[in-house]
Amino acid sequence: MDAVAEAEAPQTMLQNTPKMSTRRVNVYYGETKALKDVDLDIGENQVTSLIGPSGCGKSTYLRCLNRMNDVIDGCRVEGDITLDNVDIYRSGLDVVQLRARVGMVFQKPNPFPKSIYDNIAYGPRLHGLAETKADLDNIVEISLTRAGLWKEVKDRLLAPGTGLSGGQQQRLCIARAIAVNPEVILMDEPCSALDPIATARIEELIDELRQNFTIVIVTHSMQQAARVSQKTAFFHLGDLVEVSDTEQLFTNPRDQRTQGYITGRFG
Amino acid sequence: MTDSTARVPALRRADLSEQRLKRRYAAEKRFRFYGLAAIFAALAILGLLIGTIVLNGHTAFVQTHLEIPVFLDPEVIDPEGNGDPGALRRADYQGLLKKSLRERFPDVSGRRDRIKLYGILSNGAGLDLRAEVQADPSIIGTNQTIWVKSSDDIDSLVKGYIDRDLPEGDRRVKDNEIAWIDALEADGGVEKQFNTTFFTAGDSREPEQAGIWGAAVGSFFTLMITLILSFPIGVLSAIYLEEFAPKNRWTDLIEVNINNLAAVPSIIFGLLGLAVFLGVFGFPRSAPLVGGMVLALMTLPTIIIAARAALKAVPPSIREAALGVGASRLQVVTHHVLPLALPGIMTGTIIGMAQALGETAPLLMIGMVAFIVDVPGGVTDPATVLPVQIFLWADAPERAFVEKTNGAIMVLLAFLILMNALAVLLRKRFERQW
Repeated sequence: MDAVAEAEAPQTMLQNTPKMSTRRVNVYYGETKALKDVDLDIGENQVTSLIGPSGCGKSTYLRCLNRMNDVIDGCRVEGDITLDNVDIYRSGLDVVQLRARVGMVFQKPNPFPKSIYDNIAYGPRLHGLAETKADLDNIVEISLTRAGLWKEVKDRLLAPGTGLSGGQQQRLCIARAIAVNPEVILMDEPCSALDPIATARIEELIDELRQNFTIVIVTHSMQQAARVSQKTAFFHLGDLVEVSDTEQLFTNPRDQRTQGYITGRFG
Repeated sequence: MTDSTARVPALRRADLSEQRLKRRYAAEKRFRFYGLAAIFAALAILGLLIGTIVLNGHTAFVQTHLEIPVFLDPEVIDPEGNGDPGALRRADYQGLLKKSLRERFPDVSGRRDRIKLYGILSNGAGLDLRAEVQADPSIIGTNQTIWVKSSDDIDSLVKGYIDRDLPEGDRRVKDNEIAWIDALEADGGVEKQFNTTFFTAGDSREPEQAGIWGAAVGSFFTLMITLILSFPIGVLSAIYLEEFAPKNRWTDLIEVNINNLAAVPSIIFGLLGLAVFLGVFGFPRSAPLVGGMVLALMTLPTIIIAARAALKAVPPSIREAALGVGASRLQVVTHHVLPLALPGIMTGTIIGMAQALGETAPLLMIGMVAFIVDVPGGVTDPATVLPVQIFLWADAPERAFVEKTNGAIMVLLAFLILMNALAVLLRKRFERQW
């Protein structure tokens, strides 16, 4: 069975040149090993979802992709992680530049306690993406439009971002992430704090964003993974158990653990 | 098979649970009563404290003045007749007032009684008269009635602090003095007026000429130095420890020691200041500069602890959000964390400053307890501070210093309440919801 998996896996990868790829990634929190030898390719302009029970390492893996683990004390990352075939953990690489290329949306909507406008403009200002005020206005409008929020907030851009509803806040955070024009967007359970209607909006949005961005999403909802992603990876206890096209993984999983998880026997 | 189906053999009897319920209600009622009683006790003690202070101190804000008709003799004030300011300054105004008193009470004779009679006026009464003349020299040569300060004993008598029924030997104010004052009062020549001296003068041996302005200015300079030193050092330390420092044994050690420093008795800091700032560096004694440095040492732990708490209270999600769009760690701090933590840091700083304002012990060690009459003009001038001034007055033997002491306590309390109110206001104004 394993042999079959290895024979088939490269095939799916070859359909797209991988935007990011990870080889033999091990992550330790102090003495605890949180990820074990994870090999995974992230296809360009695809949505890759990471699923698995709590504590399986999917969020840890996601945070390796833009080195957000750096700020956690005692966290150590081993292995090769590349973005466009360039190692992102090599010495001399500027983390700030990396995070401008690999943006992130978090589980809980976390707008800055500033105006809606400043929330979006913060990144572009930081990276000098706008020369003039007009440029910046333009970036704000485009980002909000792409995040599907422009119509709702265009009349109150100077109102505080924290005053929006949960779903709007999360779309604001997505707009903030895309305002710096990243290549990859990482989403860590972006809908877990939202109601079903807001969730549906975000999912629609993810599908639209796929045209321009490579997206990796961690989710607890298998239905969500099935709805939004083209490729799904199943993590269990720090192992990457199985990765394949979403449809195949949910209809015809190769591994027993995957089967067990998606049918609800554990997790 | 599963736990949920296994029944615990439970005893559920209505009468027993009724009893338990009653006991629980009773316990809750008792607990509330204890809490209320404790709060009332605390409030009563506070009320008593403040009541005593106000009762003893409110008279410090008025001063007995006597109305004296006086002939401004040009021979005495301006013998040259050219209005020379030097002559106007040097003239014997006290002598003029004494002369008027002699005329007002012509039957007082004998050296001893005369001195007693002059003694109902403050030694500074001549200065009041001089101020009038300097303000308007054209009154020289005319008859004027002016209000001048009485001496502290007469002040105490008029304010009712001296019991007239005591035998004369036990009283500081003798029968003939009482008679003179009563005579003046019958003419409407005794009045309690607002005591501007108390708010504009420095310390003095004479209670009626003593004021808190010198101490207030000293406190201001001292606190300025404290703030300038402790705020930046404290905030930078807190930011480094909270946001950048690795968590290891060394930072743990530093943290423990900061907490320990906060608990060190303040007089130790005074000794340190005496040994290091005065002994080694040779900074001036009794100066707000050194006082401020000592108080800065004392306030640093408070500010660091408060600032760290404020930084810790900024949710990590804000840091992640900023890092996620590509802010560097310093940018995360300066753009997001620090502005959000600033109200908390300011609150902590103001509380620390209020503590420093009320501190006495360390300043005694570095000589700020000296008797200083002049209002300090800079941070290296000898000065004293409000709490030390209170300490000095509380120690003074004159009856009139009791009300000055209480009056100064009221002023100090007013400043402290003002600062704490500012801290509360800042917290309320900039409080954020996440």
